[in-house]
Parts: sequence; C-alpha cells; structure tokens
Amino acid sequence: MPKIIVEIMPKQDLLDPPGKAVAGALHRFGLKEISAVRIGKRIELHYDRPITEKDIESAKEQAKSFLSNDVIEDVVKVSVED
Amino acid sequence: MRIGVITYPGSLDDRDAQRAIKLAGGTPVPLWHADSSLKKVDAVVLPGGFSYGDYLRCGAIAAQAPATKEVVKLANQGLPVLGICNGFQVLVEAHLLPGGLIRNEHQHFICRDQKLRVENNQTAWTNLFEKDQEITIPLKNGEGGYIATPDTLKMLEEENRVVFRYLELNPNGSMNDIAGLTNERGNVVGLMPHPEHAVEPGFGPDRPEAMRSGIDGLSFFQSVLKQLVSS
Amino acid sequence: MFWKKEKPSGVDTVLNASQDPNKEQPWKELGLKEDEYQKIKSILGRRPTSSELAMYSVMWSEHCSYKSSKIYLRQFGEKVTPEMKKHLMVGMGENAGVVDIGEGLAVTFKVESHNHPSYIEPFQGAATGVGGIVRDILAMGARPVAVMDQLRFGAANHPDTARVMNGVVSGISFYGNCLGLPNIGGETVFDSVYQGNPLVNALGIGALKHEDLKLAKASNKGDLVILFGARTGADGIGGVSVLASESFDSTGPTKRPAVQVGDPFAEKVLIECCLELFHSGTVAGIQDLGGAGISCATSELASNGGMGMKVQLKNVLLRDEKLTPEEILMSESQERMCAIVPKKKLKDFQKIVEKWEVEYSVLGEVIAEDRLYINWGKEEIVNVPPRTVAHDGPVYERPVAYPKYQDALNADSSKKLKRAENETELATQIMQLIASPNQADKSWVTSQYDKFVMGNTALAMPDDAGMIRINEETGLGVALSTDANGKYCYLDPYEGARLALAESYRNVAVTGAVPRAVTNCLNFGSPENPEVMWQFKQATAGLADACKELGIPVTGGNVSFYNQTGDQAIYPTPVVGVLGVIDNVARRIPSGWQDDGNNIYLLGTNYDELDGSAWAKDIHDHLGGKPPKLDLNKERKLAELIHGASIQGLIESAHDLSEGGLAVAVIEASLRFNVGCRIWLGELMERDNLDKTAALFSESQSRVIVTVGREDDVKFQALCEARGVPVLRIGVTDKESNAIDIKDIAKLELSQIKSAWQTPLVA
Repeated sequence: MPKIIVEIMPKQDLLDPPGKAVAGALHRFGLKEISAVRIGKRIELHYDRPITEKDIESAKEQAKSFLSNDVIEDVVKVSVED
Repeated sequence: MRIGVITYPGSLDDRDAQRAIKLAGGTPVPLWHADSSLKKVDAVVLPGGFSYGDYLRCGAIAAQAPATKEVVKLANQGLPVLGICNGFQVLVEAHLLPGGLIRNEHQHFICRDQKLRVENNQTAWTNLFEKDQEITIPLKNGEGGYIATPDTLKMLEEENRVVFRYLELNPNGSMNDIAGLTNERGNVVGLMPHPEHAVEPGFGPDRPEAMRSGIDGLSFFQSVLKQLVSS
Repeated sequence: MFWKKEKPSGVDTVLNASQDPNKEQPWKELGLKEDEYQKIKSILGRRPTSSELAMYSVMWSEHCSYKSSKIYLRQFGEKVTPEMKKHLMVGMGENAGVVDIGEGLAVTFKVESHNHPSYIEPFQGAATGVGGIVRDILAMGARPVAVMDQLRFGAANHPDTARVMNGVVSGISFYGNCLGLPNIGGETVFDSVYQGNPLVNALGIGALKHEDLKLAKASNKGDLVILFGARTGADGIGGVSVLASESFDSTGPTKRPAVQVGDPFAEKVLIECCLELFHSGTVAGIQDLGGAGISCATSELASNGGMGMKVQLKNVLLRDEKLTPEEILMSESQERMCAIVPKKKLKDFQKIVEKWEVEYSVLGEVIAEDRLYINWGKEEIVNVPPRTVAHDGPVYERPVAYPKYQDALNADSSKKLKRAENETELATQIMQLIASPNQADKSWVTSQYDKFVMGNTALAMPDDAGMIRINEETGLGVALSTDANGKYCYLDPYEGARLALAESYRNVAVTGAVPRAVTNCLNFGSPENPEVMWQFKQATAGLADACKELGIPVTGGNVSFYNQTGDQAIYPTPVVGVLGVIDNVARRIPSGWQDDGNNIYLLGTNYDELDGSAWAKDIHDHLGGKPPKLDLNKERKLAELIHGASIQGLIESAHDLSEGGLAVAVIEASLRFNVGCRIWLGELMERDNLDKTAALFSESQSRVIVTVGREDDVKFQALCEARGVPVLRIGVTDKESNAIDIKDIAKLELSQIKSAWQTPLVA
C-alpha cells in the first residue's frame, strides 16, 4: 500500500529537551563521540490507491499547516514510499 | 455575564473553570468543541487538560476544532479569551499568541504551588491586580516550557506582553521565565499555571496564614467580569 | 504463538472437537494443570475447542479465579456482623465495593495489583494498572474521582531500582494525570526483598448517587451485548495466565510476552461517554474488560445475570486483522467496556457513542439458556456453560506449613542491639533515620502527580490520608489511607495484617473522618510454597478478625501471588485500605502544625518495642523478634476521641506514629509547614518506663501526636480523661526557633533536617 512520508524536526536553534536527555544517556553509556541528538517525527499517510501529484501537494500543505507547527518545527522531507 | 468554557475530548479542568466563573459571580456556559456557535458568550475560557491526548502536539488538534476557529475570529474582534495550560497551548497553535510550548526541561510532569509576578495588569483578565503583584497559583504540567525566537522574545518584552513571570523557581525551563502572555490588544491571555485551582478557600494553595487558603486565581475571573460590566 | 505452530486449515470448531477427541492440546503451556484439563473435558463432555481452551486457561488462572485464595477470602464475607453490613451497598465479588456515605450518595473503591507487568515494562505496567482499576470503578456506574498508589521497590541504591521506579512513577503520572484524576496518597517503600518483584498496587475511588449504581449482569433475554471503546489488538495475549502464574526465573532469559499498552486519552473519553450512557438510562448492565478480556466479560455478564449469550466474534473491531479467534478472546487490549443494552435503547446508545467518537460493535444478545455460544462466522467455536468459566473455577486447598525459619526469627529480638550511649549518637541516629529512603521525603514521586484536578481534594500527600469532597454543597467527603508493613508481616503474618489495618484505620481517624470500610491487596510469594501459604492463611485470618473487631467490613480487593524470584519470596505484604466518612471536609485535620505556641500532646501508651522497626533496620540492618502488640480496643477509643475532639474544633493537627516512632513523627509534623518545636521526653520516659532510644524510636501502636490551641487545653485533656485515652504534653510548637529541640537529646536545625530528608529521592 503506497504512502507519503512526512519527516518533521524541531527547528535548528530551538531547545529540544528530549534530544538533550537522550544525548546525556548515550554519553553515560560511553558514546561520548555523539555530539548532539535531535528527535523528530516521521508521519506516514497511507492510501489505498496509487498516489497522485495532487496528493503530494495536499500532503505538503497539511505538513506545513497542521502536521507541524512552523513556529517550532521544520518539515524536512515529504516523500513517497510503496 | 456569560463566560463560555470549551470542552474538547480530553479536557480536564473544564468543570473547575466553570466553578471558578460561578464563584467570581459570572454564569458559566459549557461549550462543545464540535459546535461553531459560541452561544453569544461574553468571554471564553480554554481549559486545562490533555485535549486529544496531546497527540501530534499539545493543543494541535484542538486548535483545528470548529469552536476554536470561532474563538479566533471573535478574539480578533476583541472577545476576551483566557487559555489555561492546555488552553494556552491551543492559543499558541491557533496563532493567537506567539511562540511555542515544549516538554519541561527536566523531563517530568510537575505539580506545585507556583509564585508568579503579574507584570501586566492592563489585560482583560488581570485588571484587578496591582502592577508587579506577587501571587501563588498551582502549576501542573509536563509540556510547559515556553520557547520563542530571540526576535519574538524581544518584541514581547518591549511591548510588555509578558503578563506573568515565574518567581523563585522556573518549573519548566521556560525562556525568560515566561509563565503567561497576552496579545497586542490585551484581550487574549494564555498562561501555564491554573488560576481555577485557586478560587475556593480551603482548596487553593497553602498560605502561611492557613492551609489551602490561597485564592489569587479568583481575581482573573473577577477582572474579566469587571471589564465586561464597565464596557 | 502455540496455535500458529499447529493451526489446522480452518478454525477449531465445536464440531471438530467432538469429532477428534484425542487431539493434542497445549493446556500445559497455557498454564493449566492436568486435572484442570480433565475437568474441562468432563464439563463439556468432549475435548474443548482451542478457543474454549484459551478461555478456560485464562479464566481459571490464579489471577482471574483466585483458586488458591478463595477458601481464605471467604472469611471476609463470613466474619461479618449485621451492623458491619449497614452501610454496605455492594460487597465482595463485584468490580468494586460500594459504601453508602449519606445524603443519597455512595462511594466505590478498590485496590488492585499490577506487579508482574510492572517489572517487565514499568511504564506501561503501572499505567495500565491505573487504567484497569479506574475502569472497575467506572463499571459500578460511578464517576472516578481519585487514585492512590502503593509502590514497593528494591533497595534504593540498586541500579535496577531506578529503572523500575522511574518507569512506574512516570507511568502512573502519565495515565492518572491524563485521565484528570487527582492522586491523593499512597506509599513508596524500598526493600531489597522486592528487588526482582516490585509491587505496584493502584487504588481507585468513584462517587455516585445511590440510584446510579450499575452491576455487571445481563438479566434480560434479547438485550444486546455491545463491545465499545478501543479496538482489539494483540495486547497482553496470554498475559494473565502466563505472567501472573509464574515466578520469575532469576537466571533465565528476560521474559518479553506482549504487554498491554495504555491510552489514557481513550479512557478519558470512555469515562465521559459511559457516564452519559449511564445517566441516560441506556445501559442495563456494564462490565469493563481487564484480565482475560472478552472471555471474562461475556462469561461474567451472562453468569451474573443467570442467563446465557450468543456472540459473533467476527463482529469485534480489530486493530490487527491477523488475530485468530483464540487471540481475540484472550486479548487484553485496554480501554474497552462491554454494555448490555435493551434493543429499544440502541438508537440512544449509538447517538451518545457517536458524539464522543467512540467505536462500538454489537457482538450478540442475551439468551434465556445457561449457555455461552460464540461463533466465528458460520462456525461455532465456543459452547460452554458460562458459570463454569466465570465462577466455578478450581478451588485449591494448598498445603500449608509453618516456616522452618519462623521460631529462630521470632527469637532473634532487637533487644540485643546496641543502643546509643550519648546525645551525639542519638542525634546521628535520628538524622540517619530521617535520611533513609523509607522515611525520606517522597516529593520526587508525588510532585509528578496532579492533586488539584476536579477541585475537590481536601487532603493529599503528605497528610496521613487523602480526602475528597464528594458533595460540593454540604462538604460531605471521604478519607482514604493505604498501609502495609511487610517486615511486621514477615515476623508474624497474623499480627502483621492486623497492624496494617490498625495503621490505615488510624491514618483515616487522624484526619477527622470516621472509618467505615476496607479494601485490600494481598501481595504474597508462590502459593505452591507451603510456607507462603501459611503466611497467607495467617494474614487473611488476622485481617478478617481485626475487621470484625473494629466493625468495618472488607468490601473487595485483590490477590497477587507468585511474587518471588526462584526461592526468594517477598515479605507477605497485605496492603490494607480504609475508607472513612467526614460530614464536612472543612473539619479536616492536617498532619502537621502551622501555628506557633500550641501544645503538642502524645496520645497513647508507649512500650519498648523495637522489633521490626525502622531503627532496627536502618541503624542495625536487623529484622527479627515480634512486631509491636496491638489492642484494637485502644485504636477504636483513640479514633473516637479524635473524632469527638475534632467535632468540637479542638485539634489543630494530628499525626499518627508508625515507622520511625516518635522521632520521625515529630520531624514530619514539623516539616509539614516548616514550623519547629521544643520537645521534652523526661515525663514520658518515667511514666512508661523507657530509655531514650525506646522513647524516640519504639513503634508501639495506637499512638498519635496532636497539637491543640492553648485556649482548648483544659477541654481537650478533660475529653481524653473522660474517654480513657492516655494523654501527655510532650512539647510546644515554636516558629521562631526554626529547629526541633528535643531536650537532653538533640537540637536539630530545620534546614539541616529538611536537607537530609530531601536528599535520598532526588532524580
């Protein structure tokens, strides 16, 4: 079943507390070479028919206006997967 | 004076907000998220809770509700709106207030009696406070960290749009210790702490004089009633 | 999954079962014993289908059928006087007990365990524990109004304790807060005995008008059986029988069966939806789905109503279309309820669930036959008498043996332990005790819980009991406390259970409420261990006898067995919850003093009783001897005195003495509002013949410290004398000093104590 994948990350300069906490944990496991961790979201939109250009446009719209909050997040990628 | 309280699926402190309105002398009007009619209320409260389970982002789905869209429309015409905790998150998602609210810095939910300073007493919801008055309001949230770009922060400070600031302890890592904001016009106010939990003697925060006697929250609701009556 | 290995081309039907009687079935892997399997065959007159086998295996597991405990739990229903049943609207056997509190109102409450899942997956285990107990409360027709939790973890400094504790507390916080239920109290205890077997008990309280009471029964032919709430998925399949009926093997690989995952938002919506359904008169009976899911709901609803049911299993809304019928029957997906709805009310039902966007499906209907038929499409896969599944499970009389270690343990008294010889040592020991994880500040835990939501919390931690206002107009409310002392129970399970009841009773009494009913969660090791079984037998007898003596009935509860790793069982830990009623919460009494210059009185008699005490454990790492003696008559008199004094407004604060004795009680009362005190123990030591160590740390029962305003002194003392409760002035509150000054023993700065007290449990 085809799907559109939307990937969202917190904006570069803003605080990411979960990312910070995970980085701390990884450091405690000895992985000090990891300089930072940022945690985002991957959203899958499932379709039960082939995906059209219009679907992609619409998904991009929704990604920007609803699936992400463009004050604090960036949509980094919108792609199609089978 | 009729003050609406919107219930979204997952709203929790809606009945507490209704109680607060009643104790302040107003008439609470329950509103349903799916109705675009706000029943001609004179003001609206967006209550605390976990609307839609905080899914996607806190307040994100509630911000798209028909009732919320109507609130945005009427707020832009001057309707007094108070967003408490999750309600503040909805106001931010609906772009009635700037910035964003993210997970508490220390990663935990925290429930405590919080000291605040009222820095703007010109809003619809704070006109009964003295400038820089210190109040104690219960705080309880997991995603209360206020963030904004440096430009936004500068603007908020310069335009005196920070209504409440955390004192003694910043419970969630909010930038500039911001606990609550207002819009340009002063009719829309959003804050993380819960004034509706400091309205009834015996059930509010502790005070040195007596246990659970704090009722600083009542002034929020009395302020809006005062403003409505005089206008 | 077992069936996937040997699944036939189709589903195992009743027809198949009668046609190939000798088919090999995995009854052992499903947790059944040989004789139980044979019993099922004789009930049905053929071998069970795999669906029926699944149903019986889950419903007859220890967790669901109480097979090892039934013969002892009967005492709670038998050792009861008519007077005790006066306020009891619903007793044991239902989802939760219901107690009349006056003004046409009732309260339902119950405590339950979710121990094993919380060791495997602490966050979800604890979260779904909260979800489960709240649904039980909801199923009585009540609005859930508060929760409490009783947590027991391993040693505080053990690395695995942090994993479990962080997960559990976050899980409870996550679920309870999202449901909008204030957490008003509980316990957090650390002891290495719980290392591999943490205990996570959750208590729920609900309020209802008398006429709103609902029961889990299907009584009318033709009524519809409707499953609603979350969709059914692969959650916790086999969880009940696989997890709870087996102890953890400390050397084996970590067990990771499917654990349940909770969605509190779905449950919050379900609560509001259900309450609307109840109040609209749409629902004739209601059951929540917990352990054993659909198997349990259908068989219990039918059996309780003395009727039968016809069910089409394909109507169940699934999250995962690949689930087999057996898996659907065993699934423990959360946030589901089953309603019995008269046909003519279906439209009303649909309107309300659609408003709340809650999914539902009609599974079947109630029939006037003593039979539960379940079809999978056109094929019949279950055909059983519902009673045999839901109620007529096996009843065991497990062997009982007096423990071999018991006599030596009881002879090993704390009297041999070295006592402090000077003031410096005493002060050090006081500080050591208050800084020990068990006595330390639990704010790290409790500040993660919302205690304000709903605006009716009159008392919460750190006060001795939680108190909720039930009627906003009159102030009528209830107080609840839960207590257990595993160490006392290990020393003497009979006395230990009585002591747990006494402590809980006392904690309720000190808030000004009158104790009225009891719930319990009995956490024990393996019932296959005769010594554990002896502990269980003793504890249940002790609790039942004590309830009768105090005149308050057990309204319901829970048993959790198999809390052991290899041979190491936990201490017998019966958690006892007491519910009390207060006519007006405005009269509530906090556990610490706020005013300056008030007299501090010690009520009760003090003995040199340090066996099983916090002092023995924390200072000397010793556990032995016999627990403190208990005279329930004294407890009752004490409770009645406090109630009487409270009605007259004489008591400013009241705090019971328990672990850590007088020293810890005084410190806790001072730290409540950060007001110091001056204490003198000379008179006490003389009157009761105690040395300094005993005066400070003894854990004698039936004792409370209270503060009384100077103007009420005379009245208060007279009241004590009239009621025959020993009273002794031992101190005065002192705001200026910012210290706790115990004459000739220690002067401790409040800031210093507070700092030590808060250190152990900081994230």
